[in-house]
Formats: sequence, structure tokens, C-alpha cells
Amino acid sequence: MAASRRGTATIRSAVSENPATRGILIAVALGFLGVFLLLPLLAVFTQAFAKGVSAYLEALAEPDSRSAIRLTLLVAAIAVPLNLVFGVSAAWAIAKFDFKGKAFLTTLIDLPFSVSPVISGLVYVLLFGSSSLIGPWLMRHGIQILFAVPGIVLATIFVTFPFVARELIPLMQDQGTADEEAALSLGATGWQTFRRVTLPNIKWGLLYGVLLCNARAMGEFGAVSVVSGHIRGLTNTMPLQVEILYNEYNFAGAFAVASLLALLALVTLAIKTLLEFRYGSAISGAARH
Amino acid sequence: MTAGLARPGWRMKRLSVLPGFGLTLGFALVYLSMIVLIPLAGVVWRSASLGWPEFWRIATDPRTLNALKISFGGAFIAALVNVVFGTLIAWVLVRYRFPGRRLIDAMVDLPFALPTAVAGIALATLYAPNGWIGSLFAPFGVKIAFTPLGILIALIFIGLPFVVRTVQPVMEEIDREVEEAAATLGADRPQTVWRVILPGLAPAILTGFALAFARAVGEYGSVIFIAGNIPYVSEIAPLLIVIRLEEYNYAAATAIASVMLAISFAVLLVINLIQAWSRRRFGYGS
Repeated sequence: MAASRRGTATIRSAVSENPATRGILIAVALGFLGVFLLLPLLAVFTQAFAKGVSAYLEALAEPDSRSAIRLTLLVAAIAVPLNLVFGVSAAWAIAKFDFKGKAFLTTLIDLPFSVSPVISGLVYVLLFGSSSLIGPWLMRHGIQILFAVPGIVLATIFVTFPFVARELIPLMQDQGTADEEAALSLGATGWQTFRRVTLPNIKWGLLYGVLLCNARAMGEFGAVSVVSGHIRGLTNTMPLQVEILYNEYNFAGAFAVASLLALLALVTLAIKTLLEFRYGSAISGAARH
Repeated sequence: MTAGLARPGWRMKRLSVLPGFGLTLGFALVYLSMIVLIPLAGVVWRSASLGWPEFWRIATDPRTLNALKISFGGAFIAALVNVVFGTLIAWVLVRYRFPGRRLIDAMVDLPFALPTAVAGIALATLYAPNGWIGSLFAPFGVKIAFTPLGILIALIFIGLPFVVRTVQPVMEEIDREVEEAAATLGADRPQTVWRVILPGLAPAILTGFALAFARAVGEYGSVIFIAGNIPYVSEIAPLLIVIRLEEYNYAAATAIASVMLAISFAVLLVINLIQAWSRRRFGYGS
């Protein structure tokens, strides 16, 4: 009896760590996460409310901050739907059909993720700036792209470009084409097939992609900073407003605006976790990201 | 699948009955070209039109070289730190059960979700000499914020989830029987971990390292607040691009950008090679 129990214990410790090692590993992991993730998050909210709730609300009610919030919402409202339409189109073509260069196209779609945000902004400065080919023409016709809302929208579209497509492509590849073929053979039109068959199949994966796309669109800093021109009340998004207030040593104001963005991040994480938990299999084609 | 009708080598999907191929592929290609490809090609074209001597002069300017060294060196060290702690965190999340594990698992993605500027000011405040963490080090004369150490802290923050999220799914797939086999053959636990588990995780860990490195090289928002931004000491390459742009020195900005793009694409290529190799060697791609 004693011998056999000892035998089991030996095997168990051979395929898992002993309790002491286990405890140390958990403590190290939690300590690292606590210092690197939890403390910064706590710092945002403590600093935001350092001068009390009324100071916090006052900072948010400030006209420049309010216009930054409006601009961030506007930019996301343009960039996210455009990338949504692109993501669905690209995923439909790539997942449902075979053609040459498919792998290459998939790699190209991921390209914006490997480009520094600053370079993502720079490309549009080079494209539309006064020293570019079309810059002078735009100026003559009074079309302002850089240092104005269109430039901010373009830079945001660039950095959030792959989110929806990269969630949908593996998901739709997993699902194959049998459902759609059945619908078509029963007389459905192409659009009906997409709306009634494909869309219900991909809706949770689509929502997942849109969620991540939106979080990045509202929080983008580097790319937007390069093309925005930092005109107060006009071309400042929320992250840029955070920078300006911080550099003016208005820490309460900076952290007040930052706390809204941190809240957005927390809500995004909560919905993302819920989606993974609840509809894991319906979004599982997607790599967790 | 209609594979029953298909002869070997004949892909039914080529003759798909599904509509919309031309429309969706056409739209995707036009949109991709307009938003990504043409603008990126512009950078390459611009730096090519600088001419080689001019390009070389900018790229080897001491300030540029220092900035590139800080960005790439910092990214490398941060990715190494993340490989160690990221793998450990993935292990703890996959293998152990403890209260709050799900919540902590979800928290790992915070650096993906938290806007970089917010992370930047939060880290700068924490590690400043009078901050919660900075004040612990200040009595020993160690300055973290506004030094290269601060850059490292920010790069570790933003790179961590890349390692955890690349290693974690592969770790979940590990066949426990292999570990039992190693144990019955007389290996003790450290031997099993080093000789059996870690080699299988190597491709995922390498991919995680490359992803964290690539992200850290281009990082801007979370770094500039904590870095101090002293030329030659704590000035990162993306910041130097912004400074050159603000001086309307487009040539210099473009040259630095194309050096960074070239190295980033090389890293991307390496990631793809690691994954192809791991698919051949281990039968999975991370």
C-alpha cells in the first residue's frame, strides 16, 4: 500500500512540478503581470481621479477634449466599416476560391502589421505632401488631405487594415463552400446566399475582427500623429490630446482622457473574452490575437 | 466537398458555382493597392530617387545609426526578456489551475488593447523618480524613466502578449503521454522539460520572439513618453523619423524609414521560414 502510493507520487512529480516549484512559478508569473500590466492600468485611473471626480469631469468637458472625442468617434466610424467591407470581400475571394498567388495576397494583407506606425503615417505624407506628384495639384484645387481629417482617416485605415480579413480568412476556409453550394442549388441568388447562409456562419468571427479593428482605430497614435498636424480642436484625436495635455504638464487632464481610452480597452477585452468563451468554435478559425 | 467528382490534380473550386469572385477579388485588390501597396511603393521610390551616395550618407549619419542601434538593440533585449517570462506565463496559464486564472489570461492581451499613448504616460508616471516604482529605485541611484532602461520597460510591455499568445496554443496541444514516456524511461522533471517539452516549443518560441521583436522595433507611442529622447542616448528610430519630418527633411525621414522597412520585412521572412520549418519538422505551424 505504502509502496504503491509512493510509486504514484513519483510518477506524478515526474509529469508535473512539485507543489513548491509550482507555487514559485505561479508567483513569478503573477508578479511579472502585476508589475507590467496591472500597475500601469491602476496608475491611469488613480492619476485621472487624483484631483477628485469634479476635476475629472471638468477635464473631460473641456472643449478641446470634447472635440478630440468627437473626432476619434468620427474616424473610427469611417475606417472600421471600410475595412469591414474589404475584409469580407477579401475573405470571400481567398477562402471560397482557388487562384494563383493566394498565399502571396494573404501575406500582403498582413503587411501593415509589420510596418512601424510612424512609417504608416509617413507614406501618406510622401504621397500627398507638397513635394509629391499630386501634392501641388491637390493644393491648387483646395483639397486638404494632410493635417486634416482625410489624412487621419487614411492613416487609421492603414494601421487597422488586416484585422477583419485576418479573422475571417481562416474561419471561412474552415467552413468550406458546401453550405453556399446547397443554397445556390436550391435557387438562392448570390446575394441571398451571402446574407442568409454565409453571414450567419461568420457573424461572431466578424464581430471579433471588428472589435479589435475598432480598438486599434480609436487608440492609434503614431501614424495619426504624423499626418494630423496637431491642430487643437480640429485635428486632434483622443490619443493626440492625451499627448498634448501631458506635455503641458496637465496630468489630470491627460489621464482623464487616457482613462476613457483605458476603459475602451477594458470593454474590448471583456467582449473579446466573452466571445472566445461563448462562441469559441464559431471564431476558432481565427488565430487568437 | 465535391471531391468525388474531382480527378486527381483537378481543383473543383476553380470552376466554383459560387458567384462574386471577380467582384470581391477586384475590390480587395484595388483597395489593397490604394491603401497599402501604392503608398508603400512611394517610400521605396522616394528613397531610390535619393541616389545611393545620398542614401548612404543619411543612413550612416551617427545620429541615425545610434537611433537604429537603440531601436533594434532595445527590441532584441526586450524580446529576450519576453521569451523567458512569456513562456513561463503561458506555462502557468496552460498547466496550473488557480483562482483568477481566466481573468489573468484575458489580461495578457491588455497591451494589444490599450492605446500606446496611454501605456506611455502610465509607464512614464510609474517609473519616474517620484513614481510608484521609480521611487523604489531612486534611493539606489537607479534611474529608469528618461533613460534607455525606460525604453526597455515600454518595449517589454508591448511585446509580452506576442510571446504568450504564440506559445500558449502550441503548449495546449502537447501530448502529455510523451512526458509520461520520458518519466517512465527515467528522466526527472527538469530533464523532461529541457529535453522533451522545450524542443517541441522551440518554433513557437522563436516565432513569438520574432513577432515581439518586430513590433518593438517600430514602436513609438509607448516609448517616447518614458524615453527622455536624448539624441545618441535614448532616441529611437521612429522618433528620429518624426523629427526629420517636422524639419521638412523628407529625404532623411524616407531613408531611415526604408532601412527600417527592409529589416522588418527580413524579420517577416524569417518568421515565415520558421513556420514552414516547424510544419515540416513538427507537423504544425504556429
